[in-house]
Amino acid sequence: MSRFKEALDSDKFVVTCEIGPPKGVNLDKMRHHVELVKDHVDGINVTDNQSSVLRYPSLGGALIVKEMGGEPILQMTCRDRNRIALQADLFFAYSRGVTNVLCLTGDAVVVGDHKDAKGVFDLDSVQLLDTIHTISEGTDLAGNPLDGTPRFCKGAIVTPEARPLEPQLIKFEKKIEAGAEFIQTQAIYDLDNFRNFMDYARQFNVKILAGIVLLTSAGMAKFMNARVPGIFVPQSLIEELEGAPKGKALETGIRIAARMIRSIKEEKIADGVHVMAIGKEEVVPRILDLAGINSG
Amino acid sequence: MKTITQQKPLEEILESIARDTSVFIVGCGTCATLCRTGGVEEVAVMAEKLRDAGKIVTGTAVPPTGCDEVTGEMGRALRDPLAGADVVLVMSCAFGVQTAASQLKKPVAPALDTLFMGKEGPAGRYSEICMQCGQCVLSATGGICPVTVCHKGLLNGPCGGTNEGMCEVGSGRECAWTLIYGRLQAQGRLDAMRKYQAPKSYNATLRPGMIDLTHSREEAAKQ
Ligand code: SF4
Ligand code: SF4
Repeated sequence: MSRFKEALDSDKFVVTCEIGPPKGVNLDKMRHHVELVKDHVDGINVTDNQSSVLRYPSLGGALIVKEMGGEPILQMTCRDRNRIALQADLFFAYSRGVTNVLCLTGDAVVVGDHKDAKGVFDLDSVQLLDTIHTISEGTDLAGNPLDGTPRFCKGAIVTPEARPLEPQLIKFEKKIEAGAEFIQTQAIYDLDNFRNFMDYARQFNVKILAGIVLLTSAGMAKFMNARVPGIFVPQSLIEELEGAPKGKALETGIRIAARMIRSIKEEKIADGVHVMAIGKEEVVPRILDLAGINSG
Repeated sequence: MKTITQQKPLEEILESIARDTSVFIVGCGTCATLCRTGGVEEVAVMAEKLRDAGKIVTGTAVPPTGCDEVTGEMGRALRDPLAGADVVLVMSCAFGVQTAASQLKKPVAPALDTLFMGKEGPAGRYSEICMQCGQCVLSATGGICPVTVCHKGLLNGPCGGTNEGMCEVGSGRECAWTLIYGRLQAQGRLDAMRKYQAPKSYNATLRPGMIDLTHSREEAAKQ
């Protein structure tokens, strides 16, 4: 059983974070980020060509996390690989000790930096979860027996602020039925809304980690409200960031993130948090420290 | 249903016929006329542009349906202007281009890009609602095609990019899964959406599609 799975199965407040591999092969910065966070979290997500922008692969990043003694959570999207390639990559991941997988649909190719590429989407995220279930029962998707059975801890995402919400929740329930053991949510900022979501989500046998995306400026918050579907930053937080002394908006963002994590933990709103400090991974230990999360 | 076409940029057309001095232009009286890409008027305008670009236009024709055999008959009727042309520029969908290529025994060049099989909406707007996948799932989705209308062809519900009923790819496209949800909810059939849809066969119709309709499905299976 993976260390992350053990943490999920325990009563502890689970903390994961995210790193994004580089565009190219200079892995120094990614290694540096892994080094900084690996002893403070229960799992490190490695993003998969996030936003359809070409990067060093998530599987490569996950292997590096593993080599460095961290606990990788492999993000896998359905955008770039058909069911044959996905299963093959799962075999490879398992054989190298990468056994936590987050299943995602993947963004549309046209939002990324290779706009003319062919989007694959042979499977969707629910079917990918089901595929992992199938191969861990000893057969591939075509029903052929496997020589050696991989086992994974599999998860998925949900967007608690999606509009409309109901179709999203139907899919969320299908993900759980397909075997999701953990759910990392899209960024949440309004704890009252999130409490409502959790009142509903508590009925399911799945661990839910609240998505915390570090706000680095009021401009970023406004941009996300206007442009990123399923993210809602309340006006009070925007004002708090606007009120920060010049050059101190990041510090305010760190404090907001820490405060939210502390509330989620102390009020037992969710089972843990998933911290995304997009491009600012070096501040993750400080966020966790301020939130009163003990290392490891 | 129509085959929706759009005219290629003139530079691309000229580039594709750069080596040819004389051109015969064929339009289409059906879909391309309705799309205003290959009717009598558009063919005349194209002839003018080609002349301006220094080409000799040996003749033009707009057969009732550019994709039909009739193009062959037309070829016989217009033997001389056709014979004098180095290339046939076809202002119809790619079916018409291929028909012309095989029947007129001449090099061809398409003047249009063939976009999709479209359903006509209000005021000349067309949208793609089926891409002939060979394994129809419409019973589970309220008669709205997730394979075609969802940008990613998702079968089990919306992705996280859906935004107030619009798709993450933008350009005014609606989210198929918001539409499907709305339709099924109104019908009291949301259970259809809750049901797991297994991965689809993308080879339900072996491509290129080919069928002999003189045999029933069962007979064909036996063969
Ligand atoms: S599922 Fe969609 S693409 Fe396939 S036949 Fe039905 S309508 Fe057409
Ligand atoms: S937003 Fe809707 S239509 Fe667009 S890809 Fe996602 S589910 Fe499909």
